[in-house]
Amino acid sequence: MSASDSSILAQQIPLTGRDITRGRLGGFLRLTRRYPRVFACIAFLLLIWAVSLSASLLAPYDPYAVNTHNLTAAPGWSHLLGTDELGRDSLSRVLYGGRLSVVVAIVVVVLSSSIGISLGLVTGFFGGWLDLLVGRWVDAQLAFPGLLLLLAVLSTFGQNLYNAVLVIGLLGWTSFYRLTRGQVLQAREFEFVNAARSIGVRNWRIMWRHILPNIANPIIVVTSLVAGGAILTLSTISFLGLGAQPPEAEWGSMFFKALGDFRLHPWLIFGPGIAVFLTVFAYYILGDALRDALDPRLRGR
Amino acid sequence: MTQYIIRRLLLMIPTVLIVTVVLFALLRLTPGDPVRDQFGIDLTPQNYQARKHQLGLDRPMPVQYVEWVRGLTRLDFGKSTRTHEPARKVIFERFPATMELALLAFVVGLGISIILGTLSAIYNRTWLGPSVTVFGLASVSIPGFFVATLLVYFVTFKWRLMPSPRYIPFSTNPIDNLKYIILPVIALSHSALGGPTRIIRSNVLEALTQDYIRTAKSKGLSEFVVVVRHGLRNAMLPSVTLIGLGVATLWEGAFIIEQIFNWPGVGRLALTALRGKDYPIVQAIVLMAALSISFANLAVDILYAKLDPRISYVSKR
Repeated sequence: MSASDSSILAQQIPLTGRDITRGRLGGFLRLTRRYPRVFACIAFLLLIWAVSLSASLLAPYDPYAVNTHNLTAAPGWSHLLGTDELGRDSLSRVLYGGRLSVVVAIVVVVLSSSIGISLGLVTGFFGGWLDLLVGRWVDAQLAFPGLLLLLAVLSTFGQNLYNAVLVIGLLGWTSFYRLTRGQVLQAREFEFVNAARSIGVRNWRIMWRHILPNIANPIIVVTSLVAGGAILTLSTISFLGLGAQPPEAEWGSMFFKALGDFRLHPWLIFGPGIAVFLTVFAYYILGDALRDALDPRLRGR
Repeated sequence: MTQYIIRRLLLMIPTVLIVTVVLFALLRLTPGDPVRDQFGIDLTPQNYQARKHQLGLDRPMPVQYVEWVRGLTRLDFGKSTRTHEPARKVIFERFPATMELALLAFVVGLGISIILGTLSAIYNRTWLGPSVTVFGLASVSIPGFFVATLLVYFVTFKWRLMPSPRYIPFSTNPIDNLKYIILPVIALSHSALGGPTRIIRSNVLEALTQDYIRTAKSKGLSEFVVVVRHGLRNAMLPSVTLIGLGVATLWEGAFIIEQIFNWPGVGRLALTALRGKDYPIVQAIVLMAALSISFANLAVDILYAKLDPRISYVSKR
């Protein structure tokens, strides 16, 4: 779902001259003031991050502490989201799952953006055989349904949380790549690029100083979408039993464990299910709001 | 046109080549010994070598790859390491269930996205526009397994509107088959809803700003005729590309939805095979999915070129 989706959502971002990274903090504050929706979305995501990162402070219990005297207790004052089949506090586990989600988002974004942006810059700028080669590879990779490819690779290299995050990151670069390459193709025809070239600025410097800052806006949008997609994908893989393994407090894996008897204790599926939804939603609406704000031509689309 | 199709087919060759090489490499990199998997672990060294030779595993890798691809062209995907049945047979038995589910979900999903996308584009300035956007974002944010489980929990358990999920073949009882397919179709079509709605909406919005819309309106055509005949028709053209996307989404969705609804399709087969390390089955399913997506994209490109006279198939790109 994730990787291909995010590139589709972002595909329609044309190039704009404006650049929010240029003004640094001041520009950013102006942006949020002019676009209250961006401000609201950032606040929402920050709230989710704050709750997630302070899991160890907020969690009322140890997420791995088994209590055989209190198995599958219904939600109540002592356990707000009830307890699971081993008597572990569901709320604490959901919170620790949030902490994991932040790590997952960061790792996946760093891996996929560094590969995708650098390859996109180089192939878009120079073209040639490398462009052809990488292009064919991307075509082939996108021919696989993303989830199936992930699962096939994971089944070869071992099914655990670390491999899952790594593989999501390493296979997720195509959204960054396609976006960057497309934008570079447009940007390299700009006059300031020609001007820079005419005064003998070296290619690498043109790419780094002149092109990259000017295509930063859509990349920022995709980053938000990729981060949300990564969390969704990890939870799906773990739900299928091929990602995070029990007893790890990971949402998809918790959901999978709870599915067996969800008619008897539905609270065990609502916790992780709603957590995934809210977190992914926070990243996606931020991406959408930023897209509108950074490109006025797309407003309301 | 013929030239365009030929060039498009030629472009597919490297894609298929990479897809098969990757799958072959994954198959060979997989831990475990295919000889012992097939003939048991208690083999004498001489026997082991003989069996290895029999399976062709002592030959160089490129030769093995060519042999493997040659098998694929005869639809020979190898044998299940569990049941020792041909992978082709196992998969084809499961195919109808998935096909029925996916086709229905595709029609329902696309239908709803066209309606939602168009309406929200027309009424963009009212509450409908923004709420469809939020709905679209929410629907891609909510995990497919959560939607499916919620449906099962509320519809079949809490409200008792429907009996527990199961699969009844169409040939056994068409009415029951359709009754039991409703929930899985809703769950699966949901996963293919968010993206298309958004794209159709933006295509319709784009089309409605064109000059020919203004001309049509000034001719005195009714709002309905303007939107449907002029707006929608032109907006549908770029939306054709959604078909390729839909095939990919449905493959992924089927994987998840079939688990929850006990649907005996290819998706559940694949997961059972993955968990049981039955690689020939996994490879065959992944290959089929990849090929079907490639061909869907090919068909879309050709269809697109046929529908839009502005696309020239002779010049480069």
